[in-house]
Amino acid sequence: MANQARDAAIVGIHEYPLRVAPGRSAMQIKAESISKALEDSGLKYSDVDAIYDTNEGEGGGGLGMSHYLGLKPTVIDTTAVGGSSYEFQTAHALRDIRAGKANVAILSYGSVAASNRTPIGTGGGTGAGAPNWQGNMEDSFGQTLIANYAMVAHRHMHQYGTTSADLAEISVSTRLHATRNPDAVRAMQDLQFMGTGEISVQDVLDSRVIADPLHLLECCMVSDGGGALVIASAAAARGAKKKPVWILGTGEATKYRENGGDITVSAGAQSAPIAFGEAGVKPEELDLAMIYDSFTITVATILEDLGFCKKGEYKDFAKGNRFRFDSALKPALNTDGGGLSSNHPGMRGLFLLLESVRQLRGESSSQIANAQLAIAHGNGGFLGGNHTGGSVILARD
Amino acid sequence: MPNRPQPRFPEPNSQPFWEGAKRGELLYQQCNSCNGVVFYPRMLCTHCGSLDLAWKQSKGEGTVYTYSVVRQNRNPAFSDLGAYALAYIDLDEGFRMMSNVIGVADPTKDVSIGQRVKVEFEKQDSGDYPIPVFRPV
Repeated sequence: MANQARDAAIVGIHEYPLRVAPGRSAMQIKAESISKALEDSGLKYSDVDAIYDTNEGEGGGGLGMSHYLGLKPTVIDTTAVGGSSYEFQTAHALRDIRAGKANVAILSYGSVAASNRTPIGTGGGTGAGAPNWQGNMEDSFGQTLIANYAMVAHRHMHQYGTTSADLAEISVSTRLHATRNPDAVRAMQDLQFMGTGEISVQDVLDSRVIADPLHLLECCMVSDGGGALVIASAAAARGAKKKPVWILGTGEATKYRENGGDITVSAGAQSAPIAFGEAGVKPEELDLAMIYDSFTITVATILEDLGFCKKGEYKDFAKGNRFRFDSALKPALNTDGGGLSSNHPGMRGLFLLLESVRQLRGESSSQIANAQLAIAHGNGGFLGGNHTGGSVILARD
Repeated sequence: MPNRPQPRFPEPNSQPFWEGAKRGELLYQQCNSCNGVVFYPRMLCTHCGSLDLAWKQSKGEGTVYTYSVVRQNRNPAFSDLGAYALAYIDLDEGFRMMSNVIGVADPTKDVSIGQRVKVEFEKQDSGDYPIPVFRPV
């Protein structure tokens, strides 16, 4: 039975609508998103007493954001663990609210990666910059971010018989959701996708290989964008405009290259049981899985690690169009269109929480009927190397 | 000669590894307290926390744990390699390192998981440190 504790809730959200935002800075996107998320919540600017920030872009962390916003919070958290930072920060906000240290918290994200032409996926260790113990063992070998994830895909295929066609199911259902989301359609148009309509498994397999075995249509976009969310104590949430979305449980974990380690298991295998345990729910009860889709393999691996199916059984689990928002099978997956087809400015973790909230409020463009429970799972860093896993389980009021 | 990025110094964890590479030796660390194998090089044992680590020389033989053939890299240092195979190699002494599998006609067809490989030290235009890469045996 679900945990009945209702200590902290997400009460305000905003997703910056543009994916190409020339003339905007990351800081401006963050600030605009914070203002609009607070407006969505109905809480006052002066109510904010806790700032969580990843120190991304020009953000400046908890200190820099306080300065820019002109706020003097009493909880300042600069947790920066890659794209899952927002799941970690949500965990910390829940903890800090439970401890009575915080009442109204804000998290924000802004990036102009597309306008800056940042080569996130096809960049890699440059061999430049300050000496580094890990860089010195990796930068000479030409590892791109995509190639690192692709190494997980090859091993997954080797150990479990997973195929590219199996992985492509994720691209197909995610694109379907994107076609229903006007912001995602505009994103694909503005980023000059070859097509913005639905795609088939064959389309994915026919797209060019970027790093074997991953194809172009298995890779997320690089966009501008950002957003913000407001987390409030139960007491503060009573003053919110909309129904709160409660944070039931959270989990955090790290993983890295290990001698003899299994690269097909992500940090999610450690973080998820903690989150599910705290929430008192089981994976099969969830209506929605918002999983960081940097690449198809990320989602396949993490679905297994979160316990939706056993390790290696993704290929069977994925059958039957189960990931669609209107499928009779649970869970629906990445109903906003994902990083693959809607929004990926570099650290997607925030958007996983935003779409979870939209679903649990009944506001999604691909609304699941009677959605009650969701998980947002962020993966930060390199799936086949250093990475973090952050799991957040959310419930409708 | 290839023109790969060189290791950067001062970096005291990895410097002995790279000085070994100059001598044609592939080095790793082992704990004198618990015998645990430690790699990448560092200050303490990741198994027991001991500071008593010894440098050991690997025979340089191992198997491909996994790989990917990189078709696109924005870094110009790799632009003249064409498609190349990035890999994790499991050395027989029990450590896993990142490297490349070289010396195959078509890396998309001629590299495989479980393949036996042996280290060689590839001289570089970019500097004095040769880069340890692996060739199928």
